[in-house]
Amino acid sequence: MEKFQTLRSGVVPLPIENVDTDQIIPARFLKATTREGFGANLFADWRYTADGQPKPDFVLNDARYLGHQILLAGKNFGCGSSREHAAWALYDAGFRVVISSYFADIFRGNALNTGLLPLQVSDEVLQGLFEVVSQDPQAALTVDLQAQTLTVPGWAEVIHFELDPYKKECLINGYDDIDFLISQEAAITAFEQQRSWVF
Amino acid sequence: MAKTLFDKIWDAHVVREVAGGLTVFYIDRHLIHEVTSPQAFEELTARGLTLRRPEQIVATADHNVPTRHQDQPIQDPLSRSQVDKLTENCAKFGVELYGLGHQYQGIVHVIGPELGITQPGLTIVCGDSHTSTHGAFGTIAFGIGTSQVTQVMASQCLLLDKPKRMRITLDGDLRPGVTAKDLILYVISQLGTGGATGYFVEYAGSAIRGLSMEGRMTVCNMSIEMGARGGLIAPDATTFDYLEGRRFAPQGENWDHAVAYWQTLYSDEDAVFDAELQFDASAIQPMITYGTNPGMGIPLSASIPVLNGGSEATSFDKSLRYMGFQPGESLLGKEINYVFIGSCTNSRIEDLRTVAAYVRGKQKAAHVEAIIVPGSKQVEQQAIAEGLDKVLADAGFELREPGCSACLAMNDDKIPAGAYCVSTSNRNFEGRQGPGARTLLASPLVAAITAVEGRLVDITQYLN
Repeated sequence: MEKFQTLRSGVVPLPIENVDTDQIIPARFLKATTREGFGANLFADWRYTADGQPKPDFVLNDARYLGHQILLAGKNFGCGSSREHAAWALYDAGFRVVISSYFADIFRGNALNTGLLPLQVSDEVLQGLFEVVSQDPQAALTVDLQAQTLTVPGWAEVIHFELDPYKKECLINGYDDIDFLISQEAAITAFEQQRSWVF
Repeated sequence: MAKTLFDKIWDAHVVREVAGGLTVFYIDRHLIHEVTSPQAFEELTARGLTLRRPEQIVATADHNVPTRHQDQPIQDPLSRSQVDKLTENCAKFGVELYGLGHQYQGIVHVIGPELGITQPGLTIVCGDSHTSTHGAFGTIAFGIGTSQVTQVMASQCLLLDKPKRMRITLDGDLRPGVTAKDLILYVISQLGTGGATGYFVEYAGSAIRGLSMEGRMTVCNMSIEMGARGGLIAPDATTFDYLEGRRFAPQGENWDHAVAYWQTLYSDEDAVFDAELQFDASAIQPMITYGTNPGMGIPLSASIPVLNGGSEATSFDKSLRYMGFQPGESLLGKEINYVFIGSCTNSRIEDLRTVAAYVRGKQKAAHVEAIIVPGSKQVEQQAIAEGLDKVLADAGFELREPGCSACLAMNDDKIPAGAYCVSTSNRNFEGRQGPGARTLLASPLVAAITAVEGRLVDITQYLN
């Protein structure tokens, strides 16, 4: 996993609530057996016409937001299917941070395991951010993971965000849970010897 | 100290607690399928790791499999390659595979229970959000991402934070025509798709106790649709009767020990939940969804709500535009072209019996394509043994071969753009049943009546 420390980037606004993982990456694109290449099909049905042409009114096809690495999304982002491919698609398309006021549990976990930061803010802050971007599509936010802060141009105060301390360390250092779990081998083996509920 | 059912099972599976509130959590059973496992096997190989407990993994092919001509090679090359990859990986790593052609093949959440792999007090994970289904047995079961699939493969454990506990109590007698599917669609309509995020939900109350195991599985299956990590129901005589004699259920003396333990699995009377909700089950009516998430459900005879602004307005309008509906509109009388009965929510033998009992001696409407896809090879065989296949065929329904099918359209079973489909599956997301498809979620009974009438009707007038 790639290390994440700070990021300064413009934002892609997607002011839709309850964006489910079927929209982020439709099921028909889940047939690959490797992790690569999902970015091309990110939001495929919102992004392309049936014959594969970019839809001009979808935000990912808007030249003003090209290359921006922060996705600003409505409440309850990532509900539905557990497909980690959704996080892979966002990451592969260049996103490093998704900001919303609420994330579905499995998506949040998948994002963190992919190196994509799910940054949760209040509903009020989220609305404020949508306003900032609508006034200036090039407004650049700064995410400082160590300090757990989000700096917004024109705002007097920085926004503090919460993140599990272990997951924060993993992201900063590029570690994942497998290394840690394997290091627990002795405890796991001891535990297995007293499992009395398996008949 | 008083404990909830969830706490009892959770506490038994804590290998150790780690600083920062995380738990090394032990997994008893790991179910895998072709879609979310290939990258996990690949990662394992890349790191030079092996499966820690291959005997605790069961594999099946379900998402990509065709529902016709399963004895022949899969036509779609990508689907075939993914299923072949699973077969290769299972052979290489020593995992039991119930693949195409096997008598136990089927949807992963249908075969676990019917084989007795799913048992009370266990922890079960799978790279599929509907793993919550297995909670019907008093099991901590939940969906995981592919990175976590790799973790379980390598260590038989996950690193987790403990979810909060919610209890949803449904008391009261169900009205005629109201089923488990209506109960859960009602609850989701009340909570919304994020209403239980962060919680594990225990379902309780007389309406839940009165459900069959199949009904309980339907309820737990859709827990994820309100954001819950999982759902569970305390095991009781219904659970034990269902499990006894199944292929992998405990036998002989072991059975008695198992039942003695399983009988301790309930929430203590004074256990405290982080959230409690109560609903009057006798007030619930047959339900249907009108929008593009499972929280957008109403009684079949009610009207689509009218929203007055608010942060949801944009998403609500987008949803109704996609569905071709108007705020305030009634759905009664709407013409329907497709009926899909299947998915891990409603493809069990009880569902097929419900449909067959209604359509016996009737005929589906000429303009409706009605497909019914059993959840497993065993369900299919049972349906044939009971003669349901003939009843369905006489009514113009097509009974196909088992798999996930038109629930998520990874195989050839797709609903065309713009067409309306009444579906017994669990998700009505945009494009879920095919690009542009319009899905209305309902119970198998509502689906059967809709297929015969060719349009949405107030089903209470069609019941004996």
